[in-house]
Amino acid sequence: MSARIAAALFMSHVPAIGVASDLGKTEEPYWKPLFDGMQPARDWIAANPPDVVILVYNDHGNAFSLQMIPTFALGMAPFYEPADEGWGPRPVPTVEGHPALSAHIAQSVIPAGFDLTLVNEMTVDHGLTVPLTMMFDKPDAWPCKVVPLAVNVVQHPTPSGRRCVELGKALRAAVETFDDDIIVQIWGTGGMSHQLQGARAGLINAEFDNRFMDDMINNPEVLAEVPPVEYLREAGSEGIELVMWLIARGSMADLAGGGSPGEVHRLYHVPASNTAVGQLVLENGTVTA
Amino acid sequence: MAIEKPYLDIPGTIVFDADQARLGYHLNQFAMSLMNADNRKRFKADEDAYLDEWGMTHEQKQAVVDRDFNRLLALGGNIYFLAKIGATDGLSYVQIVSSMTENDADQHAAMMIAGGRSVDGNRYLHEWEDRP
Ligand SMILES: [Fe+2]
Repeated sequence: MSARIAAALFMSHVPAIGVASDLGKTEEPYWKPLFDGMQPARDWIAANPPDVVILVYNDHGNAFSLQMIPTFALGMAPFYEPADEGWGPRPVPTVEGHPALSAHIAQSVIPAGFDLTLVNEMTVDHGLTVPLTMMFDKPDAWPCKVVPLAVNVVQHPTPSGRRCVELGKALRAAVETFDDDIIVQIWGTGGMSHQLQGARAGLINAEFDNRFMDDMINNPEVLAEVPPVEYLREAGSEGIELVMWLIARGSMADLAGGGSPGEVHRLYHVPASNTAVGQLVLENGTVTA
Repeated sequence: MAIEKPYLDIPGTIVFDADQARLGYHLNQFAMSLMNADNRKRFKADEDAYLDEWGMTHEQKQAVVDRDFNRLLALGGNIYFLAKIGATDGLSYVQIVSSMTENDADQHAAMMIAGGRSVDGNRYLHEWEDRP
């Protein structure tokens, strides 16, 4: 038996969502509709728990400064501590890694043409811990192991949508040759539309976001060709984070001749602080023609 | 031949590319240093002296002292690093973000609850020609 990818999940990783959870504000009128909206995803994952999550996210100038800017950085460590982003570390559990799967991914994906940077020691910021909170609430320990894959979407040029989809395909091949009978999920995080800088800050584009989710489900190969400038113009300067969703989508069976994804959850909510929140749960290859 | 940068005609937006990063390297590294509590204390005690420890231009140092975030973006700052200057002042993200716009923090928060800033009329520089 080998590992298999059971589902791909997609979601924003807005820091304010983590703060709302940490400070117990989830029943307040501002936050309740969003947390209620995420409950079906929490129910689903309780019934469909992963052994390992490959979590695609970006660091926001916390673990990495500008001293070095890896385009794709794979975590290799047994543990990752939550970063102190300037307000103290989030009071959430230490993230447990899966070094054997990390090593296997490195040995599979680099020869396939993706020159990953391998990171043995790093902290993880809200980009990684907020999605865990969104899916698992506030447990004493996270219920699965995590392999972090950090993508540079802070300094342009970022990797293209096409490159992200192709990396997802390589990750799928890597997981399926891992000789351990484990259930893996791939999560693509970040977005949706938001802009945190300049006179245009506060931009939200619900039409773009919803079309993006439609295409994420049905037309990923078309989405792969969307140039970075379109994200910047239409979804705001920080909306470029959405390219990370394409890595998770690229790992799904339909792009390798298998069945189509089955949609089990879809949420869109504005705002969380300055940002539009999207969340999508797609089971892998469950729909056959 | 010059690299084509199709994102230069987005209004009210400075895309942090490798050229901007080159201008702003020391500025952003200074801002990153404020993640450390001791450094925050030293910066607050004597801003000029602390800024002089970093290889920043006079313009960049002045824009830090002025907390002029739009100017800092133009001079090579990146918002995730610049936010650490705001955090040192005890500002929230909404306060930092709104300071770059026509709105104060309350107006900005209200705009977000009402669905955010529309993309219509905000895609291209020429759409902003008539703005003051
Ligand atoms: Fe982010």
